[in-house]
Amino acid sequence: MAHPAAAATTSAARGTPIPRSSRDRSERVVKSVLLSFSLLSIVTTFSIVAVLGIEAWGFFTGFPDKPGIGIVPFLTGTEWSPLLGGEQKFGVLPLVCGTLLVTLIAGAFALPIGLVTAIFLSEYAPPRLRVVLKSALEVLAGVPTVVYGFFALAVITPALQRVSDAFGTYNALSAGLAVGIMILPIVCSLSEDALRAVPQSLRDGSSALGGTKFDTSVKVVLPAALSGIMASFLLALTRAIGETMIVALAAGGLAQMTMNPASQVQTMTGFIVAIFTGDAQANSVEYSSSYAVAATLFLMTLALTLAGTAILKRFREEYE
Amino acid sequence: MTDVPHVPVARRLLANRMFLATCVVCTGLAVCVLAVLIVSIMMDGVHRLSPDFIANFASRKPDQAGIRAPLVGSIWVCTICALTALPVGVGTAIYLEEFAKRGRLTEFIRINISNLSGVPSIVYGIIGLTAFSRFFGWRAGAEPIELGSPDSLLYLRLPFGSSVLAGGLTLALVVLPIVIVASQEAIRAVPNSLRQGALALGSTRWQMVSRLTLPASLPMVMTGAILAMSRAIGEAAPILVLGAPLMVLETPANLMSEFTVLPMQIFNWAGRAKASFQEIAAAAIIVQLAVLMSFNALAILVRQRLQTPLQ
Amino acid sequence: MQTNPATASVIAPGAAEPLSIRAAGFDGYYGSFQALKGVSLDIPRNQVTAFIGPSGCGKSTFLRWMNRMNDTIASARASGKLTLDGEDILARSVDVVDLRRRVGMVFQRPNPFPKSIFDNVAFGPRLHWRHSRADLEDLVEQSLRSAALWNEVKDRLHASALGLSGGQQQRLCIARAIAGGPEVLLMDEPCSALDPKSTASVEELIRQLRTAYTIVIVTHNMQQASRISDRTAFFFEGSLIEAGQTETLFTNPKSKQTEDYVTGRFG
Repeated sequence: MAHPAAAATTSAARGTPIPRSSRDRSERVVKSVLLSFSLLSIVTTFSIVAVLGIEAWGFFTGFPDKPGIGIVPFLTGTEWSPLLGGEQKFGVLPLVCGTLLVTLIAGAFALPIGLVTAIFLSEYAPPRLRVVLKSALEVLAGVPTVVYGFFALAVITPALQRVSDAFGTYNALSAGLAVGIMILPIVCSLSEDALRAVPQSLRDGSSALGGTKFDTSVKVVLPAALSGIMASFLLALTRAIGETMIVALAAGGLAQMTMNPASQVQTMTGFIVAIFTGDAQANSVEYSSSYAVAATLFLMTLALTLAGTAILKRFREEYE
Repeated sequence: MTDVPHVPVARRLLANRMFLATCVVCTGLAVCVLAVLIVSIMMDGVHRLSPDFIANFASRKPDQAGIRAPLVGSIWVCTICALTALPVGVGTAIYLEEFAKRGRLTEFIRINISNLSGVPSIVYGIIGLTAFSRFFGWRAGAEPIELGSPDSLLYLRLPFGSSVLAGGLTLALVVLPIVIVASQEAIRAVPNSLRQGALALGSTRWQMVSRLTLPASLPMVMTGAILAMSRAIGEAAPILVLGAPLMVLETPANLMSEFTVLPMQIFNWAGRAKASFQEIAAAAIIVQLAVLMSFNALAILVRQRLQTPLQ
Repeated sequence: MQTNPATASVIAPGAAEPLSIRAAGFDGYYGSFQALKGVSLDIPRNQVTAFIGPSGCGKSTFLRWMNRMNDTIASARASGKLTLDGEDILARSVDVVDLRRRVGMVFQRPNPFPKSIFDNVAFGPRLHWRHSRADLEDLVEQSLRSAALWNEVKDRLHASALGLSGGQQQRLCIARAIAGGPEVLLMDEPCSALDPKSTASVEELIRQLRTAYTIVIVTHNMQQASRISDRTAFFFEGSLIEAGQTETLFTNPKSKQTEDYVTGRFG
């Protein structure tokens, strides 16, 4: 009787072989196509830098018929009124101030609450509750930001106005709180992931030494997950800085240097929206000022993102 | 024996209980805020929901206004976004995880993707405007090149202007980093022992990817894609910058049509002072949230039905 | 290195090329670390050769060079002579894909793909040839029979392979490896993750397969080596200390190191 394994070989031989040349060719083609897809990300970054940079440069150094604004007055000026005809002022600090005020309020609301909620979900909550709340968080993370903007206008601002007369229809606190609510799911979800990634052996070790759950969570698990938590904070703040629709609806259109949460402010993103939905001429100074503002915005978020990546890289190694 | 100073156990247990209380309060606060959000929107808008609301176009009279144009516009834009971002995003992830050799180019690509995920969507709007709408100023001032007739489905106008194609491509830029990262995680979840097995049987890299890695990671890739699309459908800022008009009274007829999306319509109505506009804004939000929930439900369904253990 | 699969394994024992794989002065490196030093070894056709030695001695590394699986490790390189049927395995012009079809591998932990049993076995053949459906079904059946698994799975060929027991999964991996019609089967500690009953069935299978395939098995278990192998090679710290008939190596080793290892004085 022929050995079954030998018969298997002759069966295999009944098929038609796929030649090496066609195999190598498809391999090469696929690899080049995939590489070109990957290079698109570099092209995108390059486009962002080029488009924003060139227009901003034009804004700073001048046009054929107008003098440039100059980068120093831009970065240090404290008045921003590009739409005032002859009295145009282009100091970007009020816009940066508005952005920072809103972001500060958002962060003050979302970071502590988000972190504590994350600790609760990761260390204390029973599994069923955890699943329900995590699913809810996932849904909330996808809610369009206009919804939070509407919420600010329709619910938060009236509530604030009941508390004090100082709040007008547009104010920074309302927008800030709405942005805070928007980034809350991000902080909570990512921090919870970071906390859960801490190995159980660390918790067991702390409990075995007589630690309460509070001791374990705050003195052992939290420090171990610190890099992930800090990265989540930075990501949330990056989103807050870049947020457009909420501030366009609720924060106002008056650029002023103020830290008063009850006053109107205009953020960088709010200004960009105002220009692009307004009547400014395509080649006017006001129009290119929006590119300069966008460039500033891009650099700020880039710095935060790079900081987040660097933190993750540096701190992660210490605990591996 | 000297008395070693220590923290009394009672105090530590109290701290423990207080912390638990803080946790519960915070979580409760978070849940409450979000509940208030949903309830207030429902109360504001639910009585405005009707089949007419979905079928009508926008109008200056709030009672007759509907969301037909934005709803269909959103579907068009999301479809274009998906058809562009998914192949490029998944392809990039495959390249980075399966083909790329460690080197400066690969590292540079990774850094780029990580930075792109932090860029505000309004900046993508500006890039989309410059690149897709205006082709970087090519033929500025001159008449755009037209191919085909404006009434037919196959009509192309170069540069794209504020068309639904430009909108879809711009949104693709916004969601691309999300798709790439989600796909990378899906591919990484396939155990290495399986790859070794495939290679040992004589497969090339691409055969291994197309016959083993991709089919095995498909459920997770699909989940990531669905969540990326649910983000795309909620973006308004880039569409604003592109120049989509605030009131659109037609559904798109071809790729070059003017369009608007549901979040834009919400933005438009929410910004009006009249109470009836606030109400239809709330109604539109309910529709938007319903769409979001169905996307999430689809993602969960995919995860549960299709995800098989990998070892 | 495209050879006609029909003639590959069906050479009668003792015919023209009695030696399947030959190594002469083979050096293997991971970066600057030399894992294998001047290994010279002959692997005879249609016999079971066992590699034994303590952890880190290089036996698995050498195994993985025989089907160029070390290509997946960026820092791995080799020099010296390593041939299959007289043809150089290490040359850059070698079609590695075809080499891996001719030299199959079974791993320490069973690694069935998350596919059906049928698709697992058919995976290899589908890579290299285009078959009709009927031919493919024949091929899968024959491979599963050769791996002594057919009777247990013939009614559930389209069920997931992950539902099989550990021993069954390993036999499936063996069926998968032989479906492509290899000449050589490399086995890296194939039984170490299995319970004794499954181990016994896999060992019995190895004994049967020897008539059609050249088998090289790395094992930590010296009793296993003496049970199933015809020849044994003892590795220590990257060098081949001694190789010969299994019985001789275990009862009357030439080197003191070999004797110390097989009697359990270290390892």
